[in-house]
Amino acid sequence: MTTEIVLIVAAALFGIGVYGALSQQSFVMLMMGIELMINGALLALVVLWARAAGGNPEGQMLGVVFMTVMAVEMALGFALITGVYRVRRADITEKLRRLKG
Amino acid sequence: MIGPLLVDAAFVVFALLAIVTGYRVFRTDSMVRAAFYLLASFAAVGGIMVLLGAEFLGMVLILMMAGEMLVMAIVMVMYMMNPAGLNPMVMVHQNRVAAIAGLVAFLALSAVGLAGEFPDQPVPDPASATEELGRELLGNSMLVFQTAGITLLATMIGAIAIAGSRGRYGSADEGSVEPGLQPDEEVA
Repeated sequence: MTTEIVLIVAAALFGIGVYGALSQQSFVMLMMGIELMINGALLALVVLWARAAGGNPEGQMLGVVFMTVMAVEMALGFALITGVYRVRRADITEKLRRLKG
Repeated sequence: MIGPLLVDAAFVVFALLAIVTGYRVFRTDSMVRAAFYLLASFAAVGGIMVLLGAEFLGMVLILMMAGEMLVMAIVMVMYMMNPAGLNPMVMVHQNRVAAIAGLVAFLALSAVGLAGEFPDQPVPDPASATEELGRELLGNSMLVFQTAGITLLATMIGAIAIAGSRGRYGSADEGSVEPGLQPDEEVA
């Protein structure tokens, strides 16, 4: 388990996330893509903390901040999905061609 | 020495699990199943973090994602068509461009990982790393920790405000109904 291999795994997760966020039509699937991207970034952060930061606890602190970002993204994403569904009955991005109103 | 071998074997299992289930998220017909595939992917990444010595972060990730994915599965059932995957379903746009972008992101980040020079400074005392994190959380980085908490509180309030059916002065979608074409036409 070298640093490079873990970084490649993290890059793979990020790449899958990019694919999902760009290709999916459903809002929730799109959010899953974003989550996978943050997941890859978190893995890269943790491996660099474990192998290259000399055990500095601030590295793990940054991981806590990443998880906060994940939670914020999910909560606001679900709220927006609920709001958009209520007003427009939309569950895929193609139904929201206009943001106005 | 069987210990390092076991760690390596566990890492390979977790890494394959994380990538395969992460890919399956976008390749399954059932959206609820997609949520659980994503949970499996997160759990595998949490396992890798535990192997790397970040036990606290890994377990918190698994714990948080278990709750989050259950909420996600419920949202899927509530809003989405075809949550059970009874019909084959492909809901993608610009698939080729997205696949190329994902591949380019993977290759570029892998190149950074392979070509980058990282200092070789492992955690000196892995056994006390979690204790140090705890002291950091309530010591030097307390402001960061508090800010994260306040951010989450603001997010909760914002999410309720966005998702609520009633706004401050009436229904939440008031003003979002398009006006009629005639000036004196009654707005629906």
